[in-house]
Amino acid sequence: MREITADIAVVGGGPAGMSAALRACGLGAKTVLIERDAALGGILNQCVHDGFGLLRFKKQMSGSQYAQQFADAVYESSASVMTETTVLKLIPGECGSKAQSRQGLYTTGEKTGGALIRAGAVILAMGCRERPRQQAGIVGSRPAGVLTAGAVQKYINVEGYLPGRKAVILGSGDIGLIMARRMTLEGIDVAGVYEIMPSPGGLRRNVAQCLDDYDIPLRLSSTVTEVHGKKRVEGVTVADVDAARHPIPGTEVFVPCDLLVLSVGLIPENELSRDAGIEMDPVTGGPVLDNFMMASVPGFFAAGNVSAVFDLVDYVSDTGEAAAEGACRFLGGEALPEYVTVRAGDDVSFVLPGKIRRDLPSSALYMRVKRTIENAVLEILADGKPVYEKKHPIVTPPEMVTARFHESAGSGVPDAGGLTVRILGD
Amino acid sequence: MKKFTCIVCPISCSLAVQAEGGGDITVTGSKCDRGKAYAKDEYLAPKRVITTTVKIDGADIALLPVIGTAPVPKELLRTCLRHLYGIKVTAPVRMGDVIERDILGSGVDIVAARSAVIKKG
Ligand SMILES: Cc1cc2nc3c(=O)[nH]c(=O)nc-3n(C[C@H](O)[C@H](O)[C@H](O)COP(=O)(O)OP(=O)(O)OC[C@H]3O[C@@H](n4cnc5c(N)ncnc54)[C@H](O)[C@@H]3O)c2cc1C
Ligand code: SF4
Repeated sequence: MREITADIAVVGGGPAGMSAALRACGLGAKTVLIERDAALGGILNQCVHDGFGLLRFKKQMSGSQYAQQFADAVYESSASVMTETTVLKLIPGECGSKAQSRQGLYTTGEKTGGALIRAGAVILAMGCRERPRQQAGIVGSRPAGVLTAGAVQKYINVEGYLPGRKAVILGSGDIGLIMARRMTLEGIDVAGVYEIMPSPGGLRRNVAQCLDDYDIPLRLSSTVTEVHGKKRVEGVTVADVDAARHPIPGTEVFVPCDLLVLSVGLIPENELSRDAGIEMDPVTGGPVLDNFMMASVPGFFAAGNVSAVFDLVDYVSDTGEAAAEGACRFLGGEALPEYVTVRAGDDVSFVLPGKIRRDLPSSALYMRVKRTIENAVLEILADGKPVYEKKHPIVTPPEMVTARFHESAGSGVPDAGGLTVRILGD
Repeated sequence: MKKFTCIVCPISCSLAVQAEGGGDITVTGSKCDRGKAYAKDEYLAPKRVITTTVKIDGADIALLPVIGTAPVPKELLRTCLRHLYGIKVTAPVRMGDVIERDILGSGVDIVAARSAVIKKG
């Protein structure tokens, strides 16, 4: 088997992997970027809509533009790029003397053949995948015409094929909302979006510009209870749900359609990480990380949607850069400072990273809140004492909240007390 | 007063537009000036950015994503899209290449939103 050696191997060529590879090259590391698709760009290649890059580039770009900009830079950099190559297995090396330890990656690809890549550090950037039908809890037959929103996006935007004539969307996640508009503009009649929760799963801007703009009804606290049709979907039964999310008898309505689009959430793609013995966080669905984006297995880093589902690509790119900086520090053999644990407090469902190494100039914290709160205050407590405070006019569950936190404020905090991030209402 | 959700970036600020006497408009709730400009436009003459795909021949991809260089009036959106369905380009294309200049006289150019190389073999 062919062997390739590098300082840093990056798994996945989406925005997270591309920015990690670019920063790693910039810091002088010999870098290899492995992507199973023919092109770099990841999920962005099917995002033809705009709304990307405003934070980073201060302009409105479409997903494909954002991806192309990074892909061009990667091909101009010293990174060696292996496309149409899949990483099959990760073999964490022996970590006797850290800098020398070599991690193994078994890869396969039609063009690149089977290869063993040996690298000092690995950056995981595999992104996420959509929750399948089983997790939507629908009963009934299994006819053709039940697709995830991402699959519909790929059919329409990449392959140029319309997968139906009349659609019902289950779930109001962002991809579902974006696809409601896209399908409408492509001539597919969208009967409505049904959301089991009492508030939309996606960003408010997407409800405004994708549904309201086109008078597509959004029905909150409702769900699809049954799919009808033998060979092909002929319709669905929808019903309102009670506070416990159980369908309310007597509210069922039959909606004719030939396409049921599922937009019921994303899960980080971590089979490789789990198999490598990396500790996972049950809430984020990604590895437990420190602010170098390093996982529990030394030398393994994670960035982007593989670490937690991000709604903003700008943040995804930031995490890629942070992971590359962490990986280079690790390769330099620098002893890593001790960490303090960061806990999710009141109204916060998770904070990424969950650990902060001490004595760093500053580090970004990403979090999701549990409910919508207006005039919110984000507070960080060190061993119970407030050390950081930031006002937010509004925080909502679909929108990640960030804080740039100077750990010096909490230096000397005993890990037992740790840091707690909480959101206070007015 | 009219309320809008800002769609310029995913922060989705809640904007409120107040028309004052003398044609002045004040916008509250925006985190940045782009939001202010959006709310004014949305109040006076709503606009949207065109994003779609056009057919491409001889490329490594089947469809070429395209984007408008500026927003067009909302009511022109569908006509522009219909016009773009009829267009076919040929590889190679560089991101930023103009696909349709001044689409339907709107003053907005439609440009390639990614590059496409000639298909090998
Ligand atoms: C429909 C949709 C709309 C969005 N809208 C916006 C928006 O308006 N604004 C915004 O800022 N953000 C938006 N986002 C979010 C943002 O685009 C994503 O968070 C971001 O693209 C994730 O990047 P990533 O690199 O982590 O993952 P991905 O883009 O998923 O990339 C992962 C890559 O890893 C590769 N890979 C996986 N496993 C392997 C393996 N074993 N071997 C080799 N390669 C592998 C995959 O092929 C893929 O290319 C949207 C996302 C979606 C899906
Ligand atoms: S006002 Fe500015 S920050 Fe707020 S959503 Fe609009 S563009 Fe984003």
